Amino acid sequence: MTKADLGRLTALVLTLVAAILLSLALGSTRIPLRGVFSALMGTSRGSSGAFVVTTIRLPRSLTAMLAGASLGIAGLQMQTLFENPLADPFALGISSGANLGVALVVLDAGYGPASAFGTAMGMRGDALVTAAAIVGAGAVLTVVLIVSNRVASPTTVLVLGLMFGYAVSAVVTVLVGASRPERLQQWAQWGFGSFSGVTWQRLRLFAPLSIVGVLIALATTKQLNALLLGERYARSMGLKVRQARLLTMVGASLLGAVVTAFCGPISFLGIAVPHLCRGLFGTSDHRVLVPAVVLMGSVLALLAQMLSLLPGSAGMLPLNAVTSLLGAPVVVAVLLRSRRGALA
Amino acid sequence: MTIARTVACLPEAALRTHDLAVGYRTRRTTHAVLERINLTARAGELTCLMGPNGIGKSTLLRTLAGMQPALWGVVELNGVNLRAMTQAGLARRLGVVLTDRVVVDAWTVRRVVELGRYAHSGWFGGMAHRDREVVEWAIDAVGVRHLADRDFSRLSDGERQRVMVARALAQEPAVLVLDEPTAFLDVPSRVEMIGLLRQLTRSTELAVVVSTHDLELALRTADAVWLVMPGGEVATGAPEDVMLAGGIAQAFEGQHIRFHAAERGFRLLTGDCGAARIRGTGLRAVMAHAVLEREGYATPIEAAADACDVSVEVHDSGWRASAHEVVYAGSDFASLAAFLRARRVAA
Repeated sequence: MTKADLGRLTALVLTLVAAILLSLALGSTRIPLRGVFSALMGTSRGSSGAFVVTTIRLPRSLTAMLAGASLGIAGLQMQTLFENPLADPFALGISSGANLGVALVVLDAGYGPASAFGTAMGMRGDALVTAAAIVGAGAVLTVVLIVSNRVASPTTVLVLGLMFGYAVSAVVTVLVGASRPERLQQWAQWGFGSFSGVTWQRLRLFAPLSIVGVLIALATTKQLNALLLGERYARSMGLKVRQARLLTMVGASLLGAVVTAFCGPISFLGIAVPHLCRGLFGTSDHRVLVPAVVLMGSVLALLAQMLSLLPGSAGMLPLNAVTSLLGAPVVVAVLLRSRRGALA
Repeated sequence: MTIARTVACLPEAALRTHDLAVGYRTRRTTHAVLERINLTARAGELTCLMGPNGIGKSTLLRTLAGMQPALWGVVELNGVNLRAMTQAGLARRLGVVLTDRVVVDAWTVRRVVELGRYAHSGWFGGMAHRDREVVEWAIDAVGVRHLADRDFSRLSDGERQRVMVARALAQEPAVLVLDEPTAFLDVPSRVEMIGLLRQLTRSTELAVVVSTHDLELALRTADAVWLVMPGGEVATGAPEDVMLAGGIAQAFEGQHIRFHAAERGFRLLTGDCGAARIRGTGLRAVMAHAVLEREGYATPIEAAADACDVSVEVHDSGWRASAHEVVYAGSDFASLAAFLRARRVAA
């Protein structure tokens, strides 16, 4: 890691801190920074501002940061593993799997057993949706991993994931077609994506899972770097390719699945954050990129979260619309500015 | 009286195969591409693997490099069976340069070479003092010191190939295996690449095995040749031994191509227009010879003037040719070639 890299990382950390404070201060009621500080220090217990900050905004901001970092890391892993700049955390079809799980319980179009089972387990509402998403993503991931373990070429694995995604989406479409309008509303709501639904209690599950996923990436930077030269060269230099591939796919999918389960299918961050970091840092070195992606993903997710609240009390913009509208032009600009394109 | 030593000491065998069979195994069938192969690559020698296209050279090389399993038989590196090695252990003994095109952006040459230390460095790939030393040595060994901080993706094909060799050297292997490293290079880069490999065998105790289509270059440069024949057997030996035994001719000659061992090269058979005699000396005579050969004339060394269809005399300002008592003259070889072609059409 060079001095310039350290400087850029420090700048990102400072930006992140600023973004966190802003995200705690802004919202339907504006809370001055002093209020935010005292709420964080616990010196203003009992005031309504402190309540808003600690029980609503802080978990929401933490969720956004975890989700942004997770999706960015998963995207980075997938792009390196498949040597494909278009790969994203959901390359193996896990978001379709989560979709299916949620569709089964939300749309409930004559598929009562799924939600009945959930209700029997004592889960309702959001918790049920989350559980369904995790089960769906896990099921699809398991199938893809089993099949892909027999396949040599990474491109084939990628195509397999894509095909699985299509097949599962088709089932979801059938469910949508047969469901009642008021259920569709709830379904669409889930599809918008949101960081607001994660409470402190749910963070207790979300945070460790997502941190484990990020740690896997951090621990395998050497392997990921070797994979930059392609699987055959990596193997010839001593990498246990099959093992590294499995670990990376499981790690990335875990991150993608967890975020999808808790926040809905958040598009775009996973594919954009790695490209932005490569462009900003001018390197493909994962020892630099992993921390950079964690920071950049957190910042962007916080920004998107704040923008989605901009209209104020009039209601929220769908998070997915914000991430894509905000991010697409930025990524295009970064790619065009680097002469050959930061991807290739 | 002294007794001539008939056998000099051969260098140590770095890579050796015993009754090796290479090919592909699917669930139902086993397809052996090459069988019963016994080869030895020696330390400090440049070994060239040659043979017609599609004969199984790449399959053989991949098997030697441990990138695909042998069907039967054994590959040994410094006396150790390849199968008994871990992936990292193999990487410390054998380096590979492939035909795969490496696309990696924003990655300096030095970083590419550092990746060669994968099997030596710690968990996070941190470079110890010795790792850095080896990397710098490898950069110097292939002569890319001036490119060390450049972006790998902006190098020419020849420079990239050199860097990939440096990366393999950074593994500190005993054997270096290269699959057609000259395939995408222009002619000077090809000669340089083979020259570099030869130089590496001289400056280190490295055994280099390289497959190539540059037959004539290989025959001039290699210490040993592995020639895969059309039937699947492999002829081995010094290039001269293999040429003398007629192996090259057998493997590559076609309807219109003849191998000339004395010239260590191929000739296109361009027809039989008769015999020609050349008078004159120096480079001009050699060039006139080349023109006549291209236009389909045999040029026997001791030909009587009257037995020849054409007699060409070269001098400082051009050429004179006499055929059937008519004399033609010109100043360059283009006009000589045109004259010869015109005769052919007339005949």
